[in-house]
Amino acid sequence: MFKNITIGQHYPIESYIHNLDPRVKIIITFIFIISLFIVNNFAAYLFVVLFLSVIIVLSKVPVLMVIKGLKPILIIIIITFLINVFMTSGEIIYTLGPLDITKEGLTQAGFMALRLILLIMGTSMLTLTTSPILLTDGIESLLNPYKKIGLPAHELAMMMTIALRFIPTLMEETEKIMKAQKARGADFESGNIFKRAKSLVPLLVPLFVSAFRRADDLAMAMEARCYRGGENRTRMRQLGITKKDIYAGVFTVVYLGIIIYSRIYW
Amino acid sequence: MSIKTKNLTFKYSEGTQFETKALDNINIEIKKGEFVGIIGHTGSGKSTLIQHFNGLMKPDEGDVIIEGKSLKDKKTKLKLIRQTVGLVFQYPEYQLFEETVYADVAYGPKNLELDENEINDRVKYALDLVGFNYEEIKDRSPFDLSGGQKRRVAIAGVLAMKPKYLVLDEPTAGLDPSGRNEILSQIERLHEKSKITVILVSHSMEDIARLVNYIYVLNKGKLHMEGTPKEVYSNSEELKRIGLGVPQIVDIMKELKYKGLMVDTNIFNIQDAKNEILRVIRGNSNV
Repeated sequence: MFKNITIGQHYPIESYIHNLDPRVKIIITFIFIISLFIVNNFAAYLFVVLFLSVIIVLSKVPVLMVIKGLKPILIIIIITFLINVFMTSGEIIYTLGPLDITKEGLTQAGFMALRLILLIMGTSMLTLTTSPILLTDGIESLLNPYKKIGLPAHELAMMMTIALRFIPTLMEETEKIMKAQKARGADFESGNIFKRAKSLVPLLVPLFVSAFRRADDLAMAMEARCYRGGENRTRMRQLGITKKDIYAGVFTVVYLGIIIYSRIYW
Repeated sequence: MSIKTKNLTFKYSEGTQFETKALDNINIEIKKGEFVGIIGHTGSGKSTLIQHFNGLMKPDEGDVIIEGKSLKDKKTKLKLIRQTVGLVFQYPEYQLFEETVYADVAYGPKNLELDENEINDRVKYALDLVGFNYEEIKDRSPFDLSGGQKRRVAIAGVLAMKPKYLVLDEPTAGLDPSGRNEILSQIERLHEKSKITVILVSHSMEDIARLVNYIYVLNKGKLHMEGTPKEVYSNSEELKRIGLGVPQIVDIMKELKYKGLMVDTNIFNIQDAKNEILRVIRGNSNV
């Protein structure tokens, strides 16, 4: 039942984008998100789409795979679109019962939907091209300067790594417990929403119990191997900025320049 | 009345390059009142097979017929099948969730929508069957019990459904010798006293040899051998070839014979072995 989740998935191949430093990729993703909110006309979106297309082509990830990532949030996109269509006041072009469709609403709705779609596609490019381990390494390294004001950068990154590592384990466990309770006549599929929510108790309690047990075991095993946080810890794979990263950075800065220019002068 | 599989085949990840046949053309029939063992190496398809016995998995090809009801038949009520065939998974203690032992054992009967009195009777019956004092245990939290006790509560949770067939997947895994003995002797008693048909899946040849009267050997999804323990264990080379063993006592008897003591090697439990060795030795000294 959980096998179709593509959001946050990694697509492990070799490509220009895959080989970029994770920190650079995280920063580029941030700039991309910010640029989406700077854009205020459809013409500038052309540059956003162009920028994203360049990244997708260079990453060698199948376009279909990127589009499939939109599936889980399709409903949100549709709802946002509809709310914007009906709730914006302006020049009425069509009346649907008590609801008015306005020209401004239609424009606004298209704008928002496009923004959401590009947002998801852009951020999923980060996870598609970066393995979870590298991603957390990158986050840790980026958060390092904030250690001075007491931010536990290493611990946060370690927590993320562990959380990601245990997703498949917990899914397997869920399936197992589900089967065991089904063997005792449990029914997870029928009934109204309250009945269904209640039927999850026999699933969630054992799941939590085992998650805590696993956490305990893991903590013990880490301590047994002398783990004591990030201090003086070295890495097997050192992060390093290469020429590729610099090109990517320059490319992104030019892109951001165009977007800002479009906002001010168009 | 029986559990019967007809050309049962089950594939994992069908249609992809990872496709594997977990079960390949299995034909067996487990009759009521029997005590059968299913043995096989890890990944031989044991767990997949037993999940077909109560409809948790559906056959890709072939059919499973439980007390005359086919799993292929859309009219077959799965709830009824799951009541008829009780399945105790590996490490069943991980399915406990209620605040008290009573409530946990009552979960199954409650799902069957029985009335309060009947549920009460069944919980008593089930806890008694696994050797607990009902009054003492009913209000305790299942999470405060020891590993072996937890497992017995979990088994009681399945027994409270009053199944006609009880399938146990590695019921002694991870238990210490005393917990192991406790569980096994209770299963033995269950079979004798309440005439439940028991299907035992195990790695332990000793456990199997001690309890069951018919064995199915699975290897790579296929039924490799079947027969009484005597028949199966007499073929020890073949068992070892597919990564299984024989009870230690079989090896000992073979070694004795090899060393010159003329014992019968068709023996697979300790009591018989002792008698046989004594018979041979006494026979020798009398000469």
